[in-house]
This record gives sequence, C-alpha cells and structure tokens, in this order.
Amino acid sequence: MLSRTADHLYWMARYMERAENIARLLDVNYRLSLMPQPADQMEKAWAATLRIMGLDELYWEKYDEITPENVFDLLIFDRENLSSVWHCLRAARENAHAVRGTITSEMWETTNGTWLKMRDFSPAALSDIEISEFFEWVKYRSHLSRGVTIGTMLQDEAWRFTRIGTFLERADNTSRILDVKYQLLLPAGESEGGAADYYQWSALLRSVSAFEVYRKVYRDLITPARVAELLLLRSDMPRSLARCMQEVYNNLQKVANNRSAETERRAGEMDASLRFGRVDDIMRGGLHNYLVKVLARVQDISNRIANDFLVPVSA
Amino acid sequence: MTIKKFFNEMTDDAGSVRSHYSGYSAWLSEMPQERIAHKRAEADALFHRFGITFAVYGEDGGKERLIPFDIIPRIIPADEWKALAAGLRQRVKALNAFIHDVYHDQNILKAGRIPKEYVLQNGQYRPEMKGIDVAGNIYAHIAGVDVVRAGQGEFYVLEDNLRVPSGVSYMLENRKMMMRLFPRLFSRNKIAPVDRYPDMLLNTLRSVAPTGVTDPIVVVLTPGAYNSAYFEHAFLAQQMGVELVEGQDLFVDDDQVFMRTTRGPQRVDVIYRRIDDDFLDPLVFRKDSVLGVAGLMRAYHAGRVTLCNAVGTGVADDKSVYVFVPEMIRFYLGEEPILNNVPTYQCRLKDDLGYVLDHLPELVVKEVHGAGGYGMLVGPASTKAEIEAFRAQIVAAPDKYIAQPTLALSACPTFVESGIAPRHIDLRPFVLSGSEEIQLIPGGLTRVALREGSLVVNSSQGGGTKDTWVLEA
Repeated sequence: MLSRTADHLYWMARYMERAENIARLLDVNYRLSLMPQPADQMEKAWAATLRIMGLDELYWEKYDEITPENVFDLLIFDRENLSSVWHCLRAARENAHAVRGTITSEMWETTNGTWLKMRDFSPAALSDIEISEFFEWVKYRSHLSRGVTIGTMLQDEAWRFTRIGTFLERADNTSRILDVKYQLLLPAGESEGGAADYYQWSALLRSVSAFEVYRKVYRDLITPARVAELLLLRSDMPRSLARCMQEVYNNLQKVANNRSAETERRAGEMDASLRFGRVDDIMRGGLHNYLVKVLARVQDISNRIANDFLVPVSA
Repeated sequence: MTIKKFFNEMTDDAGSVRSHYSGYSAWLSEMPQERIAHKRAEADALFHRFGITFAVYGEDGGKERLIPFDIIPRIIPADEWKALAAGLRQRVKALNAFIHDVYHDQNILKAGRIPKEYVLQNGQYRPEMKGIDVAGNIYAHIAGVDVVRAGQGEFYVLEDNLRVPSGVSYMLENRKMMMRLFPRLFSRNKIAPVDRYPDMLLNTLRSVAPTGVTDPIVVVLTPGAYNSAYFEHAFLAQQMGVELVEGQDLFVDDDQVFMRTTRGPQRVDVIYRRIDDDFLDPLVFRKDSVLGVAGLMRAYHAGRVTLCNAVGTGVADDKSVYVFVPEMIRFYLGEEPILNNVPTYQCRLKDDLGYVLDHLPELVVKEVHGAGGYGMLVGPASTKAEIEAFRAQIVAAPDKYIAQPTLALSACPTFVESGIAPRHIDLRPFVLSGSEEIQLIPGGLTRVALREGSLVVNSSQGGGTKDTWVLEA
C-alpha cells in the first residue's frame, strides 16, 4: 500500500485513541477533584496532568490560575493546542478523509460523524450537562471507531497500520496516566489502605477501565505494586503496556519490509521484557524512572516506524 | 427570464402525461406530500452522513456543501436513448480521430476543413504531443458530453468535455439514493442499471496500458483531499479497487513511473489523472506545480505509462473548435452527424461579431475557454446595464467569445419550495473509449437549474441533480 495511505491510517487511529485517553485522564482528575481535600492538593493534581502532557508552558501562557474550567478549555476545546480533544478528533477525521477510499464507509461515517458532533460542543454547552457525560461520549465514540474498524475492515496491511497506531498511542498514554497518578498518590502521606487512598487508586483504575478487572484478578486490597503490575505487565489486560507492545510487535511482523528489521527487533525486545518482567524489579528501581524509560522506548519505536514505512522510501 | 415555450419531459402540450412517465406519475400521485417531504429530508441527511459533498473545504473542516438532489427522476425512453447513444459514440469517435490527427499529419488542416490557426494558435494545443503515439490512438478515454433537449427527439450538444469531466459519482450515488428511498419504484419500472460504471471504467483504463504490460497497475491521481471533486476521486478509486495517489506518492526513475509503498517502489502503468495538463509535470508545464510528478512527461513520451485522458485533449473541446465537430464527423467517419450542434457565432469573425453585438439581448455569450457557468452572459435574463458591460468586454477581446441563440432547454418537474414545478435540465452522459470499444452507461448525470426560469445548471451556480432513468424496451 501507499506509504502516505499507511501514514494517514496510522495517525487516524492514533488521534482517535489520544482523544479517548485525554478524556480518561481528565475524567479521573475531575472525579478526584470532587473529593474533600485541601485546595492545593487539587491544584497539584491538575498541574501534574498538564506537565505529563507537556502542556504546562502553554497553560501558563494562557491562564493565571489553575481551575478545572481552564484546564478543560485548553484540553478539550483549544484550537492551538495540538493535544486537545477538539484537535485530535479533527485530525482523526482529516486523516480518514484523506484515505476514505481505503477505509470502509462505516469507518468513514463514524469518524466523520464524531467530528461533526464535536463541532456542536462548546464550553458553554458543556456547562449545561455533566462534564462526565462528555467524557463518556468521547470514550464511546472511540469504542465505536475501534469496533467498526475491527468489525468491517479487511485484515490486510491497512488494518495492521491502524492497529499499530492504536496500540502505540495507548502504550504511551497508559504509561503517562500511571506516571502522573503514581507521582501524586504516593507522596500524599496517607498510609496505604486509607479511605482517600482507596478512592484515588480506584479512580485511577477506573480511568483505564480496570477497576472491575483489578477486583477479578487480585480479589484483594488495592496496592500500588499490584496496580503497576496490572497496567504494565498483565498482557490479558487490554490497556496494559504489555498488551500494547505485544500488539505492536505482532502487527509489525506482518508488515515487515526490507528495512524494518531493527524496528522489529526493538519492539520484540520490549515485548519480551514486559512478558518476562517482574513488578518487584520495576518497583525496586523506582516506577517513575521505569516509566521515563518506557516513554523513550515507545517514542523511539514510533520514530523508527515513521522512517521505515511511512516516510516515503526513496528511489 | 421565462422561456415561454419549452419541452416538458413529463407532460405534453395538452397537459397529459407522456407514456414513458405514466408509471412514475401514477406512483407520485399516490404519494402523500408529507411523505415526499420526509423522504427529501432523509436524502439530505444521508448525503451529509456519507460525506457526499462538493465544493470548498474550509479551514474549519466544515464548509462542504451538498449538491441539492431532487427526487423526481428524469426519464428517457429506450428508443430515444438508442439514438442519443449512437450520436454520442459517433461524436467521441470523431473527436478522438481529430486529436490524433492534429498531433500527427494534420490532414484535416491540410484539407482546409478547419482553419489552421483555430488549432495551432489555440492555447490548449500542446506541441509537446506532436508525434507521440498513444495506446490505441485514444486520447479522450473519458468524455462527459453535455446534451440538452429542445424538442421531441431533438438533442443538442452544448459542450464536449474531454479533459477531466466530473460528475459520474453523483450519477451513481443518485441512483443508490433513489433505490434506498423508493425501492418499490424500481420493481414497478424497468430501469437500466448504472452500477457497472466502475468496472467499465477499469476495463477501459486497462485496455490502454502501454504495450507489453500484461497485468497493468492502474491508479487514480488526485490533487488531494482539498479539491472540490475529491469525493469523486476517492469514490472511483475505491469502486475500482485501485490506489488513489497524489503527485507526492509517485516518482519517475529511468522513465518508469513508480508509487511509494510500505514495501518499496511499485510500478504504475496507467494513470487516471484528475488534474489538468498544466499541473502534470513541473519539468514541462507549470514549474510551480506541486500536484504533479517531475519526469512524468518523459515516461509518457517513452511510452512507459498511459495518461487518461491524454495530454492535449483540450484542443478539441474548446468552444471555438466546437463549431467544427460536425465537420470532423464528416471528414473522419464519412457520416452525417446524428446529434445537432448549437448554431454558434464566433466573435472573432467580423460578420458574426456584428450580428452578436446587434442581438445581445437574445443570445447566450460564452468565453471560449470558460467553464462552470462563469464568464457568460444569458441575454434574455440580463439587465441593460449587464448587457452593456458585457458588450464592452466582447469588443475589447472578440477572440475570447462565442455566442449562441438562447435554447429553450427542456424542463422536468422538480420539487421546489412552492411544490412541484418544471425546471430546466441538461444531461451529461459519460462516454468511455478503450482500445477495443466505446461504451456508455445508459443515462448520465442530469443537472437541474433550481431557480425558476434559470438556464444555468452548474452546481457552482445553484444547480442540483436528479437520478436519470433510461427505460428498458
């Protein structure tokens, strides 16, 4: 297939996934902000979210103080912010538009429909409904996009690139969500097992649709190490890093070309280290340090995929 | 302006329904108005959802417009279509022979049947094409010939679009929409199907692959997602199952065209290009073109790739050359033309210019190179001031204009705000010429001027479209 087509498919999937993850991240923060706590605690949480998304500079250029409304403005509606939900849904739609001959009509209609609806939302309109309803909407549109893709698209090379886009983006986002929460939650001072602690960890799990899963898998108290294990190493957990990298590696093998061997090797190496890794080792070295390395490796693989497949192969 | 006397497609002068419309008319009279209104709204919603849109794609990603779709079909009886199709084949055959001739021996010029300067001084004449042999000697593989009806069985050709005619996707989508909205209509009438068009197009394109290529790779070349006809480009590529490429996806190496794929370069043999000659190759035509492919013309000259349509077809669909199409039919085919040409005054000729300037209020004046309904004067519909302004333009550059009598275009019942009323229509059938045969899909795209009395059907000027039925005998 055309390199440009692969590029559009890959980014279409990435942007849709990114929109979903922004919604998840904001949702969990918003839920946490509703709990009784000191004001500065909440501000710290929003600040950490902005930092982990690399948006703190842009934020302070635009606003003087941290409020949920401002954060929503920037992360949902801002047109200059390339990581706003508005921008992600638009970019997903633009990429789909460019390859509408390659994707199925259902995929196109779904992506186009999502964007058309997004244009109807505004900060004013959102103040009328519960903001969580909007986050739910984004999540469900993303579910729908993914379901339509899996349910209608021929599982050829084009499909592989959409899958690679989805899982690379999710690997990045799961790592970020875990990192921001972990940094915040651990130094919070309260002893493990306290009521506030429970709400915070359960909110984190809910943000990646993992609360029920946790219960099912561990049938025990929520502890940081188990949360990390679930979100990093459990390959049967669909949003875990291990699952994401397994999908990236498997799909990469199916589209391999004569210049992609090293990319495949690196993805395979990361897949193996997650498959055989132990959470104790990760925690001993420090979760944050580990996640910083993970994000760098995900970025490296993204760049290599762009070079091997998406950037035109020169004659 | 109101044309007093025009042919109504559905009813005769006495007001009774013509026999080929009787089935539809009976059905329509049974339909409650609310149900019709409901169906029209449904059609609009569906076209939006499918993104079957046209025109400018604004910065906010929301400026796509729908071409209004009218749910009353235009119906053509079998015998009338048969004659029309024969006329279209004849015409396109002669036009292809003409294009081949002017880039080779120029016999028609030598015979004095067309003045040399009309061709050789024409801005659309491409000297780059002289002496180049194209597969099957076919130049206009896809032609969209605009036809209007004046009276019973009386068809006039308005324009031969031989460059990159568009609209066929609307022909196909309109039919799909009608079948979706009114499935039972199709069981009650014997309507010739149109959905084979993408297959016919692919076969036509494959038939003109460079010699020696047994399994040709075909692509559709688009200017990109921001082009007004992008929907159609993507649609046709998808329906044919071929790649939709942009100039940046192609490159030329050793006179062979390749596309950049995830598995490395892949050979390309036939390019159905939807960009104009001027933008094809920055090394030969416009240097600032970013839509084309550097070296494409070299590969074309070397016979390693086929461009559809060929470069240089514009010399045959120009409005000043239009006048000579009947002469081409006589010269190349030894036949009398089946379809009429509209009588045309050429402002470049002194006598004609005098006549035109004396009769502006009753004529239609067009720019020789104009398209899309721009740059024209419809005399009977214009104010005195508009006519005088246009007169000044003609006097300043008479070579740029031709004029024709205002035709009483036929009209077809159409849903408008006040209910059902006749509106003027034209027809663009699509003629496919491959190395073996000339093929047509029964019907074509019917465009309708939605404003009362208007004769301008272009979508850029408030025109809509209708499904076109050719009844099977």
